[in-house]
Amino acid sequence: MKMINEILKDSVYFGVAISVFAYWIGCFCKKKWNYPVLNPLLISMLLIIPVLLIFHIDYETYDYGAKYITYFLTPATVCLAVPLYRQVQVLKENITAVIAGTVCGCLAHAGIIVGVAILLKVDQPLVYSFLPKSVTTPIALGICNEIQGISAITVIGVVVAGITGAVLGPTILKLIGVTEPAAQGLALGTASHAVGTSKAIEMGEVQAAMSSLAIVVTGIMTVILVPVVVNLLSM
Amino acid sequence: MKYVVQMGIIAGISFAGELLYMLLPLPVPASVYGLLLLFALLMLKVIKLEQIQETADFFLLIMPILFISPSVSLITSMDLMKGNILAIILMTFLSTIVVTIVTGLVSQCIICRKKKRKE
Repeated sequence: MKMINEILKDSVYFGVAISVFAYWIGCFCKKKWNYPVLNPLLISMLLIIPVLLIFHIDYETYDYGAKYITYFLTPATVCLAVPLYRQVQVLKENITAVIAGTVCGCLAHAGIIVGVAILLKVDQPLVYSFLPKSVTTPIALGICNEIQGISAITVIGVVVAGITGAVLGPTILKLIGVTEPAAQGLALGTASHAVGTSKAIEMGEVQAAMSSLAIVVTGIMTVILVPVVVNLLSM
Repeated sequence: MKYVVQMGIIAGISFAGELLYMLLPLPVPASVYGLLLLFALLMLKVIKLEQIQETADFFLLIMPILFISPSVSLITSMDLMKGNILAIILMTFLSTIVVTIVTGLVSQCIICRKKKRKE
């Protein structure tokens, strides 16, 4: 078994191939059954980790090639300007609601994370890794690197936030009486980024536009807020 | 040719984002500088949507694949997770539920007030 790691150690395309292949299976499952829990990223992770463990392949061996895919993270994040630009009319019409809604959402998010951390005396790296998790993964990872969190935990946090919001979001909104379509979209996008937006798309056009707008605005708000929180915590 | 131009613009803006990150002493990721820069250039009509559209949509479509490697690195931080299960559950689920409630109520309140004023 040890031999497999030795053979693959110098392969660049092992990591690339297994990642793309696992994601393809993830997309297939998502398409076939269409439950929010069947998140392609989550499925890929749950397929690759056992393969690495069973065949005694080191994470470094896998990442030797897979890290090159992640190099495209910066250009991909830059491209988030495109959906923001497409929704700029909606942004202008609802600017106060968008800013107030996302700012309050970001503050509430940081408040809960810090509150739980203080109450349960959570290790600091874990707190830092969870602080950026309600925003879209590329921005969350950028913030995570800035404040020296653990990127794996941030990514898991982002995926779980997305799935939780997509599964529970519409029911929660109904329970608390949020019936305004624009407010529903904002809530889903702010709490659960792109996965929440996929639910918002099912709810209607206004919800979809507001939700995809909220993804980027929340991302930018969190970029500003998280370093402030980290400074306060380290005082 | 079209895709070369599109890739060139996106790569150039990514590079400009990196330069800003090196020059400015703010804890803002290079990619977010790039995002804001591209948005500004689109708003100022320096770059037209058609000049980047296809490549941008391609990147947005395949984006989750870029996070597979960071998420698999979970196997290297299992120990940290094990000791904090309750905190992790609270931080993940509770925070998402609370944000949904807060953002939903705040923005609905503002939208309703604006509508009343119009009437």
